Amino acid sequence: MSLNSYRTGPDEKGHFGKYGGRYVSETLMPLVHEVEQEYRKAIKDPEFLKELDYLNRVYIGRPSPLYYAERLTEHLGGAKIYFKREELNHTGAHKINHAIGQVLLAKRMGKTRVIAETGAGQHGVATATVAARFGLECTVFMGAVDIERQKPNVFRMKLLGAEVRPVTSGSATLKDAMNDALRDWVTNVHDTFYIIGTVAGPHPYPMMVRDFQSIIGRETREQIMAAEGRLPDSLVACVGGGSNAIGLFHPFLDDADVAMYAVEAAGHGVDTDKHAASITGGRAGVLHGNRTYLLQDEDGQIIEAHSISAGLDYPGIGPEHVWLHEQGRVNYVSATDDEALSAFQLCCKTEGIIPALESSHGLAHIIRMAPDLPKDHIIVLNLSGRGDKDIFTVAQALGQEI
Amino acid sequence: MSRLSAKFEALKAEGRSAFVTFVTAGDPGYDASLAILKGLPGAGADIIELGMPFTDPSADGPAIDKAAQRALKAGGSMKNTLEMVRSFRVDDATTPIVLMGYFNPVYAYGIDRFVADATKAGVDGLIIVDLPPEEDEELRLPANAAGIDVIRLATPTSDDHRLGTVLSGASGFVYYVAVAGVTGGKSATTDDIAAAVKRIKAKTSLPVAVGFGIRTPEQAGSVASVADAAVVGSAIVQMIADGLDEEGNAKDGMVEQVLDFTRKLAEGVKSAQQEKGCC
Repeated sequence: MSLNSYRTGPDEKGHFGKYGGRYVSETLMPLVHEVEQEYRKAIKDPEFLKELDYLNRVYIGRPSPLYYAERLTEHLGGAKIYFKREELNHTGAHKINHAIGQVLLAKRMGKTRVIAETGAGQHGVATATVAARFGLECTVFMGAVDIERQKPNVFRMKLLGAEVRPVTSGSATLKDAMNDALRDWVTNVHDTFYIIGTVAGPHPYPMMVRDFQSIIGRETREQIMAAEGRLPDSLVACVGGGSNAIGLFHPFLDDADVAMYAVEAAGHGVDTDKHAASITGGRAGVLHGNRTYLLQDEDGQIIEAHSISAGLDYPGIGPEHVWLHEQGRVNYVSATDDEALSAFQLCCKTEGIIPALESSHGLAHIIRMAPDLPKDHIIVLNLSGRGDKDIFTVAQALGQEI
Repeated sequence: MSRLSAKFEALKAEGRSAFVTFVTAGDPGYDASLAILKGLPGAGADIIELGMPFTDPSADGPAIDKAAQRALKAGGSMKNTLEMVRSFRVDDATTPIVLMGYFNPVYAYGIDRFVADATKAGVDGLIIVDLPPEEDEELRLPANAAGIDVIRLATPTSDDHRLGTVLSGASGFVYYVAVAGVTGGKSATTDDIAAAVKRIKAKTSLPVAVGFGIRTPEQAGSVASVADAAVVGSAIVQMIADGLDEEGNAKDGMVEQVLDFTRKLAEGVKSAQQEKGCC
């Protein structure tokens, strides 16, 4: 079946095909409905949009530049490569785009407290930042294991006035942090707004986070038209939960000539038990409020994800991605820890930009595809975050002491 | 008549409310868990909720989360949970068993296969905490067709409109979650519970069971005085945890201690006087 548009989802119950939906406990259902209703009102309210636009410009620093990566292009000797520089945003990644949007909604709903889950700490830092900016109480749930691995971000969140609550349940990593955030939310439904860090969770979160992130793709469209007078041939982004990828892709989904590549984290390899590639190596299931592809065993128990990049280290993916995968609109590929590490170093040396390990997965795929493509083939990479946070991980992987 | 309806009718004739216990299947291991399960009716449980272990029980507090992790570590699985029910049914044809848990293990098992095997094993009802009315048809319709009730949950956040959604399609009984929160957390006052039960019963003829935050015989008794059933979970599961050594193996007498505690809770329920018109 061919569709008129890939951009009309989700349906009113939050389904993208059979994925998405609202799989949360009954206590949360009225609140989840309320979030949806308030969100639909907010995005039609000129005052809300005006404030969002203002903060996007003067607080985040938007629009982020579209940058021609000339030396990398020369080095690879094929396609012409552009970077959409989300790493230049305030707090150093695209996460701030949806954190600002959600905190404005929280404020509008009269909530006095926000909570978030975080793995590497980027979404936690973005949430702590906007909570400080709006004077809201903030609690960030973070796996005890991740707290040890990401001390600088833990301290950042504390400086920003957030309480970082160590999560010891389950396996004490990102998925368990999300469980504990849900447990907190259900206990504090009256005053608390849950700022989810990706395009997952119960409806309306996958739609709402996507809408806030779509500014990436809308800007890219205008910027590439200004630079090249035409749309790009390929878009590339890394995908864990999938917020930066959907943000870049969504405004281009109906442009049939624009190919899209979402790069999952293959960890030690998708044929090993240490990866985070939910589409390549997972199957349909229900977790954290939505039906999507999950890493799970035969019995439906969730398996821990692995990636060198903590931001991709999640055993699920946003439901709209699964739908786009099954429709064949977006190509889901993967890159290993080692490939990402090489791409990370190449980007540092050829462009003078230290990319996040997450974004380095996207770059790793470009390194594979660009050399065989003609010089007039235009690729845009979503450089979703900066890599300063990753230098300790990279040093360790390279066997160097800092 | 289903085992659940028969049980509620029999208790109504006795003029008392039901005592419902929760334990996680396979916690701390298959044999000890089966011994507890088989001992529960003798210790006074009228209805048994049996937890299907899941790695990510996001609506449960620490006690039941840890129970699930213990069960999984000891080899717990859907197959073993159903096998446990089958073994229980060999000696007990009347105590209703309600499987409780999360949707993913059911979905992974395959809905048709799950309904068929659960029916064969002797399961009477299902409580799937992350499957709200909006999403439950794919399980509820085949389960109901096989004679298994899908229990709906009402909560302190259910307004009248929401209550309508919850009750439409409900069967077996209605589970009132007494506090906004996770299992094993805060307790609600008896007055608040009584008011909520009254509000629900104005809209349905189904029995109303109340759970969350009930951990002593006294609390169980006061809830039983204003509702059709009182559910105790985390407190019993905690007794299992307390009966384990540092390696997680059951110490001598663990099963008996759990059943003794259950007996005290049951006495609390059975000595409760139902308030006029409550049930």
